[in-house]
Amino acid sequence: MDLSLFLQYLFAGITYGVIYAIVAIGFNIIYNTTGIINFAQGEFLMLGGMISISLLQFMPLPLAIAAAVLITMAVGALIEMVFIRWIDNPSVLRMVIITIGISILIREAALHIWGESVRTLPYFIGSSVTAVTLFGTKISPQVLIVIGTCAIIVLFLSAFFRFTSLGREMRACAANRRAATLCGINVKNMVTLSFILSAGIGALAGAVMSPITYSQYDNGTGLAIKGFTVAILGGLGNSLAAVAAGLLLGIIEAFSISILPLAFQDAVAIAILLFILFVRPHGLFGSREAARLKEF
Amino acid sequence: MLRIRNLDAGYGQLRVLKNISLHVDGGEIVAMIGANGAGKTTLLHTIAGLVKPTSGEILFLDHDCRRLKAQNIVTSGCALVPEGRQVFATLSVEENLILGGYVLQKRKGTAAVAEELAHQFELFPVLRERRQQLAGTLSGGEQQMLAMARALMSRPRLVMMDEPSTGLAPLIVRNIFQVIVRLREEGNTVLLIEQNARAALKIADRGYVLETGKVILQGPAEDLLANRDVQRAYLGREKIE
Repeated sequence: MDLSLFLQYLFAGITYGVIYAIVAIGFNIIYNTTGIINFAQGEFLMLGGMISISLLQFMPLPLAIAAAVLITMAVGALIEMVFIRWIDNPSVLRMVIITIGISILIREAALHIWGESVRTLPYFIGSSVTAVTLFGTKISPQVLIVIGTCAIIVLFLSAFFRFTSLGREMRACAANRRAATLCGINVKNMVTLSFILSAGIGALAGAVMSPITYSQYDNGTGLAIKGFTVAILGGLGNSLAAVAAGLLLGIIEAFSISILPLAFQDAVAIAILLFILFVRPHGLFGSREAARLKEF
Repeated sequence: MLRIRNLDAGYGQLRVLKNISLHVDGGEIVAMIGANGAGKTTLLHTIAGLVKPTSGEILFLDHDCRRLKAQNIVTSGCALVPEGRQVFATLSVEENLILGGYVLQKRKGTAAVAEELAHQFELFPVLRERRQQLAGTLSGGEQQMLAMARALMSRPRLVMMDEPSTGLAPLIVRNIFQVIVRLREEGNTVLLIEQNARAALKIADRGYVLETGKVILQGPAEDLLANRDVQRAYLGREKIE
């Protein structure tokens, strides 16, 4: 494999890796405040992509994406308020079934609204053949936009959790929900907020990746599985580890194409997921102790 | 300040508290003693709004606590230091305290929180030394102090403490009880739950004895200390940790 091809694979891997990382962070945010896995996380990316494609007919691209993100956040809030909020002591199994149900609901609604056709946002800069040369290999500027956007999301979230009082209150809920209540924090509002936040970052990632990966009513499911793999790989609840795990999975997948047929790409991810669940259920980067401590 | 009448509470079918009546007046330390499983923690959780009572009345100041959610009971001025500290392990000591001041910040603003933070650091100097450290890395005694300081950050009218001495070395227990006495000197009101009955009754003004969910004895603390039944059941031997 020459250097140029190696870099091509590497950039493809990083691009998918950061998207998986964003999905995983979405899982983590909700997991940290509620202790449940929201299996509808992938649908937020699908909605972000599809809604911005539809809105593009009426407004310029940046506005369409911003509106799509806001609408998806509203959907996230609605889901939490309608399906999650009123359940007092949710068992994990019950929440899993509910979120799977929500994901099916959104997918079917999307099928009715947009049909089965595969759509895409136009490339933000130039077209599908525009390329910039980086380290001697040609890269689509869209790839850099995806990587850049995901990096900004991660930085924004870390700053939000670290430096704002709202972020501190969410971390408190993650660390100890009962104690947070005893401080006077309305934990249910924090849960709503975590759904809004997860939906927002998912939608933004879904929109910027659309020119590369295309959008379709059911492309959230695959992303959710990959994102879930990454979240487990990094150790559930740990977002920085999710970024590392996302890049790892993305790059492994990308390079797997050079030795395995393309159709096996998903099998690689699932195989990794199973392997980790058997060998290190607390994740690659998590320790057994830390698995009990939740941190964004 | 706090008045409870004919309170019944429990979990599902299990009735833990049976017809409990008690009161706490402003400026006093009231000790609630009783064996494991007597319902002490459930009582505090019911007052704090974490457990819903099945019947009876809880009046705090002029609020009907039965109608308030747990987070609003804190806002009304009744704070709980939970059993087993329950600090925010992944957050720093200072962040824990600022979160404790959440309702104070809403009521009086950031300046009041900073002022109260300084006050707590003065009350618990060890927390000032450890302010940037993660709460989970503190020793048991330090975590207990942090849990107390966090509750006090809300400037509560009434502080409820659930077994503050559990699992701590005698020297640290003495230290913590000294702080409780100092809280009363500063005009606070404390409802203290303890298995360490002797230590609790020594600093308390009044006491209640809880047995299988019922108040079986009550009175001034020195009377309870002198009471034969109490001596036999709760003071006979020093608590073995």
